[in-house]
Amino acid sequence: MNMSKIVRAAAHLLFPAILVYGFYIVVHGHLTPGGGFQGGAVIATGFVLLYVAFSYQRLQEWFRLDAFKNAEALGLLLFIVTALVALGLGATFFYNWMANTGGLFGTPVPFGPNPGYLNTAGTIPIMNIAVGVEVLGAMSVILFYMLRGIKGGDE
Amino acid sequence: MRKIVSVVVLLVLAVGFLVSGNMLDFGNPAESGMDAYMLANGQVQTGGNNIVTDVVFDYRGFDTLGEATVLFTAVLGVGLVFRRIRNKQEEEYEYE
Repeated sequence: MNMSKIVRAAAHLLFPAILVYGFYIVVHGHLTPGGGFQGGAVIATGFVLLYVAFSYQRLQEWFRLDAFKNAEALGLLLFIVTALVALGLGATFFYNWMANTGGLFGTPVPFGPNPGYLNTAGTIPIMNIAVGVEVLGAMSVILFYMLRGIKGGDE
Repeated sequence: MRKIVSVVVLLVLAVGFLVSGNMLDFGNPAESGMDAYMLANGQVQTGGNNIVTDVVFDYRGFDTLGEATVLFTAVLGVGLVFRRIRNKQEEEYEYE
């Protein structure tokens, strides 16, 4: 059950732009408004746009539902593991063990306005990415489950 | 009966909005110790410019863990409700 050619062409054009915008929101979560939840939801809308424009069979040739389920589980796992590592280092659960160390995401930030450096904020960008992956998987899986019931969407 | 109920609901809502709009001092909280601390130290302690993200992912990471778990549970529930049913007989739940 394909939509018209105009809708399919627009979906092809918009899908990469939506993905880039969503990943931008996720990766810049510690600098600009946004973060893992919002960016993951934006990315999920890209996949749902493909789902609406094309048939379920075409989508299954490109992605598998299992991939989104795995993304959801892996995102949550990465989130918890990042928080648990702090426990192994002798700090409290969810302690920001990477901030201000000088390494990965560890550049110290002075107080006050600054242009916004990507390599800052310690575990926050990693948790943002983990939550973004989890939310994009979860939202896509929920919407795929629901849209599968549309007539002609399944089998 | 319905008219009385609607009038009462309207009155309660109007009084509530007027009271909260006129009597409460918005933008001037009585207890500002916590937000003042986060505004003063959040950027230096966590290194993130976005104080909201600092609070959500660092100071209150447990809350975010709960939110992520809620989403996970929502997916489980949707998968349970929207599973395929063939020949009017429920097939066994697939552990995918």
